[in-house]
Amino acid sequence: MRILIVGGGMGGTILANNLARRLKGELKANKAQITMLSASDKHMYQPGLLYVALGRMAPDELYRDQASLLEPGIQFHADPVEEFHLDKNHVKTKSGKTFNYDLIAIATGSRAVPEEIPGLAENSINVYTEEAALKFFKTINEFKGGRIVIATGVPHKCPMIPPEVTFTLYDFFKDRGMLDKVSFHYCYPIGRLHSLEPVSKWMQGEFNARGITTETLFNMKEVDGAKKVVRSEEGSEVKFDLLVAVPAHKGMQVVEKNNLGKGGWIPVDRNRLTIEGHKNAFALGDTTNIPISKAGSTAHFEAEALAENLASIVKIGTPVRDYDGKVFCFIEAGKDRATYAMFNYNNPPDPKPPTKSIHWFKMAYNQLYWASARGLL
Amino acid sequence: MAEKKTIDARGTYCPGPLMELIAGMKMASVGDELEVLSTDEGSAKDIPEWINKVGHQVVSTTEANGTWHVVVRKMK
Repeated sequence: MRILIVGGGMGGTILANNLARRLKGELKANKAQITMLSASDKHMYQPGLLYVALGRMAPDELYRDQASLLEPGIQFHADPVEEFHLDKNHVKTKSGKTFNYDLIAIATGSRAVPEEIPGLAENSINVYTEEAALKFFKTINEFKGGRIVIATGVPHKCPMIPPEVTFTLYDFFKDRGMLDKVSFHYCYPIGRLHSLEPVSKWMQGEFNARGITTETLFNMKEVDGAKKVVRSEEGSEVKFDLLVAVPAHKGMQVVEKNNLGKGGWIPVDRNRLTIEGHKNAFALGDTTNIPISKAGSTAHFEAEALAENLASIVKIGTPVRDYDGKVFCFIEAGKDRATYAMFNYNNPPDPKPPTKSIHWFKMAYNQLYWASARGLL
Repeated sequence: MAEKKTIDARGTYCPGPLMELIAGMKMASVGDELEVLSTDEGSAKDIPEWINKVGHQVVSTTEANGTWHVVVRKMK
Protein backbone atom coordinates (compact mmCIF):
# COMPACT_ATOMS: atom_id res chain seq x y z
CA MET A 1 0.00 0.00 0.00
CA ARG A 2 1.57 3.30 -1.11
CA ILE A 3 0.68 6.24 1.15
CA LEU A 4 1.50 9.72 -0.09
CA ILE A 5 1.51 12.71 2.29
CA VAL A 6 1.59 16.11 0.63
CA GLY A 7 2.77 18.86 2.95
CA GLY A 8 5.47 18.86 5.62
CA GLY A 9 3.90 21.18 8.19
CA MET A 10 2.56 20.17 11.55
CA GLY A 11 -0.33 18.04 10.25
CA GLY A 12 1.64 16.20 7.57
CA THR A 13 4.63 15.58 9.83
CA ILE A 14 2.66 14.23 12.81
CA LEU A 15 0.61 12.10 10.43
CA ALA A 16 3.69 10.64 8.75
CA ASN A 17 5.49 9.84 12.02
CA ASN A 18 2.45 8.44 13.80
CA LEU A 19 1.67 6.31 10.75
CA ALA A 20 5.25 5.08 10.40
CA ARG A 21 5.22 3.82 13.98
CA ARG A 22 1.88 2.10 13.51
CA LEU A 23 3.08 0.50 10.28
CA LYS A 24 6.58 -0.38 11.44
CA GLY A 25 6.16 -4.05 10.54
CA GLU A 26 4.51 -3.35 7.21
CA LEU A 27 7.24 -0.85 6.25
CA LYS A 28 9.95 -3.36 7.15
CA ALA A 29 8.22 -6.11 5.17
CA ASN A 30 7.75 -3.77 2.19
CA LYS A 31 3.98 -4.12 2.47
CA ALA A 32 3.56 -0.38 2.99
CA GLN A 33 5.39 2.69 1.78
CA ILE A 34 5.13 6.24 3.16
CA THR A 35 6.29 9.13 1.01
CA MET A 36 6.17 12.81 1.98
CA LEU A 37 6.37 15.65 -0.54
CA SER A 38 6.92 19.14 0.83
CA ALA A 39 7.58 22.57 -0.59
CA SER A 40 10.59 23.00 1.70
CA ASP A 41 13.38 20.98 3.30
CA LYS A 42 12.89 23.09 6.46
CA HIS A 43 10.12 22.82 9.05
CA MET A 44 8.93 26.01 10.73
CA TYR A 45 7.36 26.23 14.19
CA GLN A 46 4.78 28.79 13.13
CA PRO A 47 3.46 29.76 16.61
CA GLY A 48 6.99 31.01 17.36
CA LEU A 49 6.49 33.87 14.90
CA LEU A 50 4.60 35.82 17.58
CA TYR A 51 7.69 35.74 19.80
CA VAL A 52 9.95 36.76 16.90
CA ALA A 53 7.61 39.72 16.33
CA LEU A 54 8.08 40.74 19.98
CA GLY A 55 11.86 40.28 19.97
CA ARG A 56 11.67 37.27 22.29
CA MET A 57 12.84 34.58 19.85
CA ALA A 58 15.41 34.65 17.06
CA PRO A 59 14.15 33.52 13.63
CA ASP A 60 16.61 30.63 13.43
CA GLU A 61 15.03 29.10 16.56
CA LEU A 62 11.89 28.42 14.50
CA TYR A 63 13.44 25.92 12.10
CA ARG A 64 14.59 22.31 11.95
CA ASP A 65 15.59 20.22 8.94
CA GLN A 66 12.41 18.42 7.89
CA ALA A 67 14.24 15.14 7.27
CA SER A 68 15.56 15.17 10.84
CA LEU A 69 11.99 15.13 12.21
CA LEU A 70 10.85 12.07 10.28
CA GLU A 71 10.84 8.44 11.37
CA PRO A 72 13.20 6.11 9.51
CA GLY A 73 11.40 4.52 6.60
CA ILE A 74 9.57 7.67 5.49
CA GLN A 75 10.73 8.72 2.04
CA PHE A 76 11.02 12.50 2.01
CA HIS A 77 11.33 14.77 -1.02
CA ALA A 78 11.49 18.58 -0.95
CA ASP A 79 9.61 18.73 -4.23
CA PRO A 80 6.24 20.50 -4.15
CA VAL A 81 3.23 19.04 -5.91
CA GLU A 82 1.99 21.07 -8.86
CA GLU A 83 -0.69 18.76 -10.22
CA PHE A 84 -3.14 16.57 -8.33
CA HIS A 85 -4.85 13.85 -10.36
CA LEU A 86 -7.12 12.36 -7.72
CA ASP A 87 -9.10 10.35 -10.29
CA LYS A 88 -5.91 8.67 -11.50
CA ASN A 89 -4.22 8.27 -8.10
CA HIS A 90 -1.11 10.24 -8.90
CA VAL A 91 0.46 13.67 -8.49
CA LYS A 92 3.09 15.51 -10.49
CA THR A 93 5.77 17.60 -8.80
CA LYS A 94 7.73 20.72 -9.66
CA SER A 95 10.76 18.62 -10.66
CA GLY A 96 8.60 16.76 -13.18
CA LYS A 97 8.31 13.50 -11.27
CA THR A 98 5.09 11.49 -11.00
CA PHE A 99 4.17 9.86 -7.69
CA ASN A 100 1.51 7.14 -7.72
CA TYR A 101 -0.38 6.25 -4.56
CA ASP A 102 -3.08 4.08 -3.06
CA LEU A 103 -3.90 6.56 -0.26
CA ILE A 104 -3.18 10.29 -0.25
CA ALA A 105 -3.37 12.89 2.55
CA ILE A 106 -3.12 16.56 1.66
CA ALA A 107 -1.88 18.96 4.33
CA THR A 108 -0.60 21.95 2.42
CA GLY A 109 -1.77 24.58 4.94
CA SER A 110 -2.84 28.16 4.43
CA ARG A 111 -1.34 31.60 3.79
CA ALA A 112 -2.12 35.13 4.86
CA VAL A 113 -3.38 37.31 2.02
CA PRO A 114 -3.14 40.94 3.23
CA GLU A 115 -2.79 41.99 -0.43
CA GLU A 116 -6.47 41.21 -0.98
CA ILE A 117 -7.54 44.28 1.04
CA PRO A 118 -6.48 47.44 -0.83
CA GLY A 119 -3.75 49.24 1.11
CA LEU A 120 -3.48 46.68 3.90
CA ALA A 121 -0.17 45.02 3.00
CA GLU A 122 1.65 48.36 2.61
CA ASN A 123 0.24 50.02 5.71
CA SER A 124 0.10 47.35 8.40
CA ILE A 125 2.20 44.80 10.25
CA ASN A 126 1.41 41.16 10.99
CA VAL A 127 3.01 38.05 12.43
CA TYR A 128 2.36 35.42 9.77
CA THR A 129 5.73 35.00 8.01
CA GLU A 130 9.33 35.33 9.16
CA GLU A 131 9.73 38.46 7.05
CA ALA A 132 6.50 39.94 8.45
CA ALA A 133 7.44 39.10 12.05
CA LEU A 134 10.81 40.83 11.68
CA LYS A 135 9.14 43.88 10.15
CA PHE A 136 6.67 43.80 13.06
CA PHE A 137 9.46 43.92 15.63
CA LYS A 138 11.39 46.67 13.83
CA THR A 139 8.21 48.74 13.60
CA ILE A 140 7.18 48.45 17.26
CA ASN A 141 10.79 48.89 18.34
CA GLU A 142 10.89 52.29 16.63
CA PHE A 143 7.31 53.32 17.43
CA LYS A 144 7.27 56.60 19.33
CA GLY A 145 3.63 56.49 20.36
CA GLY A 146 0.10 56.97 19.09
CA ARG A 147 -3.02 54.97 18.40
CA ILE A 148 -2.52 51.26 17.77
CA VAL A 149 -5.40 49.60 15.94
CA ILE A 150 -5.70 45.82 15.83
CA ALA A 151 -7.97 44.65 12.98
CA THR A 152 -8.84 41.10 12.01
CA GLY A 153 -9.76 39.50 8.68
CA VAL A 154 -11.77 36.34 7.99
CA PRO A 155 -10.85 33.51 7.95
CA HIS A 156 -7.55 33.64 9.79
CA LYS A 157 -5.04 31.15 11.10
CA CYS A 158 -4.91 30.79 14.88
CA PRO A 159 -8.04 32.36 16.37
CA MET A 160 -6.12 33.36 19.50
CA ILE A 161 -3.77 35.70 17.65
CA PRO A 162 -6.07 38.77 17.88
CA PRO A 163 -6.19 38.72 21.72
CA GLU A 164 -2.61 37.47 22.06
CA VAL A 165 -1.11 40.16 19.87
CA THR A 166 -3.12 42.80 21.74
CA PHE A 167 -2.16 41.64 25.24
CA THR A 168 1.50 41.04 24.42
CA LEU A 169 1.84 44.39 22.62
CA TYR A 170 0.28 46.10 25.63
CA ASP A 171 2.92 44.53 27.89
CA PHE A 172 5.67 45.36 25.37
CA PHE A 173 4.91 49.07 25.65
CA LYS A 174 4.21 48.80 29.38
CA ASP A 175 7.72 47.42 29.92
CA ARG A 176 9.11 50.35 27.95
CA GLY A 177 7.24 52.82 30.14
CA MET A 178 5.23 54.03 27.15
CA LEU A 179 1.64 53.37 28.21
CA ASP A 180 1.09 57.12 28.50
CA LYS A 181 2.12 57.48 24.85
CA VAL A 182 0.08 54.67 23.28
CA SER A 183 -3.57 53.71 23.11
CA PHE A 184 -5.13 50.49 21.82
CA HIS A 185 -8.26 50.05 19.72
CA TYR A 186 -9.38 46.49 18.93
CA CYS A 187 -11.62 45.78 15.92
CA TYR A 188 -13.25 42.38 15.35
CA PRO A 189 -15.43 41.00 12.53
CA ILE A 190 -18.39 39.69 14.54
CA GLY A 191 -20.56 41.22 17.28
CA ARG A 192 -18.24 40.40 20.19
CA LEU A 193 -14.50 40.39 20.92
CA HIS A 194 -13.81 36.76 20.05
CA SER A 195 -15.54 33.96 18.21
CA LEU A 196 -15.62 31.95 21.45
CA GLU A 197 -18.16 33.64 23.71
CA PRO A 198 -16.45 32.73 27.02
CA VAL A 199 -13.14 34.05 25.67
CA SER A 200 -14.91 37.21 24.54
CA LYS A 201 -16.37 37.80 28.01
CA TRP A 202 -13.00 37.25 29.65
CA MET A 203 -11.33 39.61 27.15
CA GLN A 204 -13.87 42.36 27.86
CA GLY A 205 -12.87 42.44 31.52
CA GLU A 206 -9.16 42.44 30.67
CA PHE A 207 -9.65 45.18 28.08
CA ASN A 208 -11.65 47.31 30.53
CA ALA A 209 -8.84 47.03 33.09
CA ARG A 210 -6.32 48.21 30.48
CA GLY A 211 -8.42 50.91 28.85
CA ILE A 212 -8.44 49.13 25.48
CA THR A 213 -11.33 50.39 23.34
CA THR A 214 -13.18 48.17 20.90
CA GLU A 215 -15.32 48.11 17.77
CA THR A 216 -17.20 44.99 16.72
CA LEU A 217 -18.83 44.08 13.40
CA PHE A 218 -15.76 45.54 11.70
CA ASN A 219 -14.60 43.79 8.52
CA MET A 220 -11.75 45.54 6.76
CA LYS A 221 -12.59 46.89 3.32
CA GLU A 222 -9.65 49.18 2.51
CA VAL A 223 -6.79 51.06 4.11
CA ASP A 224 -5.92 54.64 3.20
CA GLY A 225 -2.23 54.97 4.02
CA ALA A 226 -2.12 58.72 3.35
CA LYS A 227 -4.96 59.50 5.74
CA LYS A 228 -4.02 56.64 8.09
CA VAL A 229 -7.53 55.24 8.26
CA VAL A 230 -8.94 51.75 7.85
CA ARG A 231 -12.49 51.52 6.51
CA SER A 232 -14.91 48.67 7.10
CA GLU A 233 -17.46 46.85 4.97
CA GLU A 234 -19.99 48.02 7.55
CA GLY A 235 -19.34 51.68 6.70
CA SER A 236 -17.18 52.88 9.60
CA GLU A 237 -13.73 54.45 9.56
CA VAL A 238 -10.99 54.07 12.18
CA LYS A 239 -7.89 56.25 12.45
CA PHE A 240 -4.57 54.67 13.34
CA ASP A 241 -0.94 55.53 13.86
CA LEU A 242 0.05 51.87 13.77
CA LEU A 243 -2.17 49.24 12.14
CA VAL A 244 -1.69 45.68 13.39
CA ALA A 245 -3.45 43.28 11.05
CA VAL A 246 -4.57 39.71 11.48
CA PRO A 247 -5.04 39.27 7.73
CA ALA A 248 -7.53 36.97 6.11
CA HIS A 249 -6.12 33.65 4.93
CA LYS A 250 -6.58 31.39 1.93
CA GLY A 251 -5.56 27.83 1.24
CA MET A 252 -2.53 27.26 -0.94
CA GLN A 253 -2.64 28.27 -4.60
CA VAL A 254 -1.95 24.72 -5.78
CA VAL A 255 -5.28 23.64 -4.27
CA GLU A 256 -7.19 26.30 -6.19
CA LYS A 257 -5.25 25.74 -9.41
CA ASN A 258 -6.20 22.06 -9.32
CA ASN A 259 -9.86 22.88 -8.60
CA LEU A 260 -9.79 20.96 -5.33
CA GLY A 261 -11.63 23.66 -3.41
CA LYS A 262 -12.78 27.27 -3.57
CA GLY A 263 -10.49 29.63 -1.69
CA GLY A 264 -7.95 26.83 -1.47
CA TRP A 265 -10.04 24.96 1.13
CA ILE A 266 -10.69 21.30 0.30
CA PRO A 267 -14.18 20.00 1.16
CA VAL A 268 -13.91 16.99 3.48
CA ASP A 269 -16.08 14.93 5.78
CA ARG A 270 -15.73 16.52 9.22
CA ASN A 271 -15.26 13.19 11.03
CA ARG A 272 -13.37 11.00 8.56
CA LEU A 273 -11.47 13.80 6.75
CA THR A 274 -12.23 12.10 3.42
CA ILE A 275 -12.15 14.45 0.44
CA GLU A 276 -15.60 14.68 -1.14
CA GLY A 277 -15.91 12.20 -4.01
CA HIS A 278 -12.65 10.36 -3.28
CA LYS A 279 -12.62 7.41 -0.87
CA ASN A 280 -8.82 7.11 -0.84
CA ALA A 281 -8.02 10.83 -0.51
CA PHE A 282 -7.94 12.82 2.72
CA ALA A 283 -7.09 16.34 3.84
CA LEU A 284 -6.22 17.75 7.24
CA GLY A 285 -5.15 20.91 9.02
CA ASP A 286 -5.77 24.36 7.61
CA THR A 287 -6.28 22.80 4.16
CA THR A 288 -9.83 21.59 4.88
CA ASN A 289 -13.10 23.49 4.68
CA ILE A 290 -14.25 22.15 8.08
CA PRO A 291 -15.75 25.07 10.04
CA ILE A 292 -13.34 24.81 12.97
CA SER A 293 -10.23 26.69 14.06
CA LYS A 294 -7.35 26.86 11.62
CA ALA A 295 -4.69 26.06 14.19
CA GLY A 296 -1.76 23.76 14.78
CA SER A 297 -3.64 21.84 17.43
CA THR A 298 -6.47 21.12 14.99
CA ALA A 299 -3.93 19.68 12.56
CA HIS A 300 -2.31 17.74 15.40
CA PHE A 301 -5.49 16.03 16.60
CA GLU A 302 -6.74 15.43 13.07
CA ALA A 303 -3.38 13.84 12.21
CA GLU A 304 -3.61 11.44 15.15
CA ALA A 305 -7.11 10.31 14.12
CA LEU A 306 -6.17 10.04 10.46
CA ALA A 307 -2.98 8.10 11.21
CA GLU A 308 -5.00 5.55 13.13
CA ASN A 309 -7.49 5.30 10.26
CA LEU A 310 -4.90 5.01 7.48
CA ALA A 311 -3.03 2.35 9.45
CA SER A 312 -6.31 0.50 9.93
CA ILE A 313 -7.07 0.68 6.22
CA VAL A 314 -3.70 -0.95 5.57
CA LYS A 315 -4.12 -3.58 8.29
CA ILE A 316 -7.84 -4.44 8.20
CA GLY A 317 -9.19 -2.61 5.18
CA THR A 318 -11.34 -0.04 6.98
CA PRO A 319 -11.00 3.11 9.12
CA VAL A 320 -11.85 2.73 12.80
CA ARG A 321 -12.48 6.11 14.37
CA ASP A 322 -13.84 9.62 13.91
CA TYR A 323 -12.07 12.92 14.46
CA ASP A 324 -14.22 14.55 17.17
CA GLY A 325 -13.39 18.18 16.44
CA LYS A 326 -10.85 18.46 19.27
CA VAL A 327 -8.95 21.74 19.46
CA PHE A 328 -6.63 23.01 22.21
CA CYS A 329 -5.35 26.57 22.05
CA PHE A 330 -3.06 28.37 24.45
CA ILE A 331 -3.96 32.04 24.94
CA GLU A 332 -1.11 34.35 25.95
CA ALA A 333 -2.69 37.03 28.16
CA GLY A 334 0.43 39.19 28.24
CA LYS A 335 4.14 38.63 28.67
CA ASP A 336 3.86 36.29 31.66
CA ARG A 337 0.29 34.97 32.01
CA ALA A 338 -1.70 32.59 29.84
CA THR A 339 -4.81 30.48 29.73
CA TYR A 340 -6.21 28.00 27.21
CA ALA A 341 -9.37 26.95 25.41
CA MET A 342 -10.17 23.31 24.73
CA PHE A 343 -13.28 22.14 22.89
CA ASN A 344 -14.65 19.70 20.35
CA TYR A 345 -17.79 19.31 18.23
CA ASN A 346 -19.90 18.51 21.29
CA ASN A 347 -18.35 20.42 24.16
CA PRO A 348 -17.84 24.19 24.26
CA PRO A 349 -14.70 25.72 25.78
CA ASP A 350 -14.57 26.91 29.37
CA PRO A 351 -11.41 29.01 29.69
CA LYS A 352 -10.06 29.63 33.19
CA PRO A 353 -8.41 32.81 34.50
CA PRO A 354 -4.85 33.17 33.18
CA THR A 355 -1.93 32.04 35.33
CA LYS A 356 1.85 32.24 35.22
CA SER A 357 2.13 28.45 35.26
CA ILE A 358 0.15 28.08 32.01
CA HIS A 359 2.35 30.76 30.44
CA TRP A 360 5.45 28.79 31.43
CA PHE A 361 3.88 25.62 30.08
CA LYS A 362 3.39 27.42 26.79
CA MET A 363 7.05 28.47 26.88
CA ALA A 364 7.99 24.84 27.49
CA TYR A 365 5.72 23.73 24.66
CA ASN A 366 7.63 26.04 22.31
CA GLN A 367 10.48 23.53 22.74
CA LEU A 368 8.35 20.42 23.27
CA TYR A 369 6.81 21.10 19.86
CA TRP A 370 9.67 19.27 18.22
CA ALA A 371 8.72 16.13 20.14
CA SER A 372 5.12 16.74 19.10
CA ALA A 373 6.09 16.98 15.43
CA ARG A 374 7.97 13.72 15.77
CA GLY A 375 4.69 12.23 16.99
CA LEU A 376 6.01 11.59 20.49
CA LEU A 377 3.77 13.99 22.44
CA MET B 1 -26.05 32.37 -12.64
CA ALA B 2 -26.77 32.72 -8.92
CA GLU B 3 -25.91 29.73 -6.78
CA LYS B 4 -27.17 28.42 -3.44
CA LYS B 5 -24.56 27.19 -1.02
CA THR B 6 -24.91 25.61 2.40
CA ILE B 7 -22.53 26.33 5.26
CA ASP B 8 -22.89 23.56 7.81
CA ALA B 9 -21.64 25.12 11.06
CA ARG B 10 -23.62 22.83 13.35
CA GLY B 11 -21.79 21.92 16.54
CA THR B 12 -18.86 24.22 15.91
CA TYR B 13 -17.72 26.90 18.33
CA CYS B 14 -14.71 28.52 16.71
CA PRO B 15 -14.69 30.40 14.41
CA GLY B 16 -18.47 29.94 14.59
CA PRO B 17 -21.40 30.32 12.18
CA LEU B 18 -21.21 34.09 11.59
CA MET B 19 -17.48 34.00 10.92
CA GLU B 20 -18.02 31.11 8.49
CA LEU B 21 -20.71 33.13 6.75
CA ILE B 22 -18.44 36.17 6.44
CA ALA B 23 -15.77 33.94 4.87
CA GLY B 24 -18.39 32.35 2.59
CA MET B 25 -19.69 35.75 1.49
CA LYS B 26 -16.23 36.70 0.24
CA MET B 27 -16.21 33.73 -2.11
CA ALA B 28 -19.81 34.19 -3.27
CA SER B 29 -21.08 36.24 -6.20
CA VAL B 30 -23.73 38.97 -6.05
CA GLY B 31 -27.14 37.29 -6.08
CA ASP B 32 -25.91 34.02 -4.53
CA GLU B 33 -27.83 32.60 -1.58
CA LEU B 34 -26.04 31.12 1.40
CA GLU B 35 -27.80 28.95 3.95
CA VAL B 36 -26.13 28.73 7.34
CA LEU B 37 -26.95 25.71 9.52
CA SER B 38 -26.27 26.43 13.17
CA THR B 39 -27.02 24.80 16.50
CA ASP B 40 -26.30 28.11 18.24
CA GLU B 41 -29.56 29.96 18.86
CA GLY B 42 -27.55 33.21 18.86
CA SER B 43 -27.09 32.81 15.09
CA ALA B 44 -30.76 33.73 14.58
CA LYS B 45 -29.90 37.16 15.97
CA ASP B 46 -26.27 37.86 15.16
CA ILE B 47 -26.34 36.77 11.51
CA PRO B 48 -29.27 39.09 10.57
CA GLU B 49 -27.64 41.89 12.60
CA TRP B 50 -24.47 41.69 10.49
CA ILE B 51 -26.30 41.08 7.21
CA ASN B 52 -28.44 44.19 7.73
CA LYS B 53 -25.51 46.33 8.83
CA VAL B 54 -23.38 45.46 5.82
CA GLY B 55 -26.25 45.73 3.33
CA HIS B 56 -26.99 42.16 2.28
CA GLN B 57 -30.44 40.51 2.56
CA VAL B 58 -31.92 38.00 5.01
CA VAL B 59 -34.15 35.66 3.00
CA SER B 60 -35.44 33.51 5.86
CA THR B 61 -34.74 32.33 9.40
CA THR B 62 -36.28 29.06 10.58
CA GLU B 63 -35.66 26.43 13.24
CA ALA B 64 -36.16 22.68 13.00
CA ASN B 65 -35.03 20.01 15.46
CA GLY B 66 -32.56 22.28 17.20
CA THR B 67 -30.94 23.52 14.00
CA TRP B 68 -31.30 27.11 12.84
CA HIS B 69 -31.44 27.66 9.08
CA VAL B 70 -30.56 31.23 8.16
CA VAL B 71 -30.71 31.95 4.44
CA VAL B 72 -29.13 35.17 3.16
CA ARG B 73 -28.49 36.73 -0.23
CA LYS B 74 -25.35 38.59 -1.25
CA MET B 75 -26.43 42.01 -2.52
CA LYS B 76 -23.19 43.82 -3.37
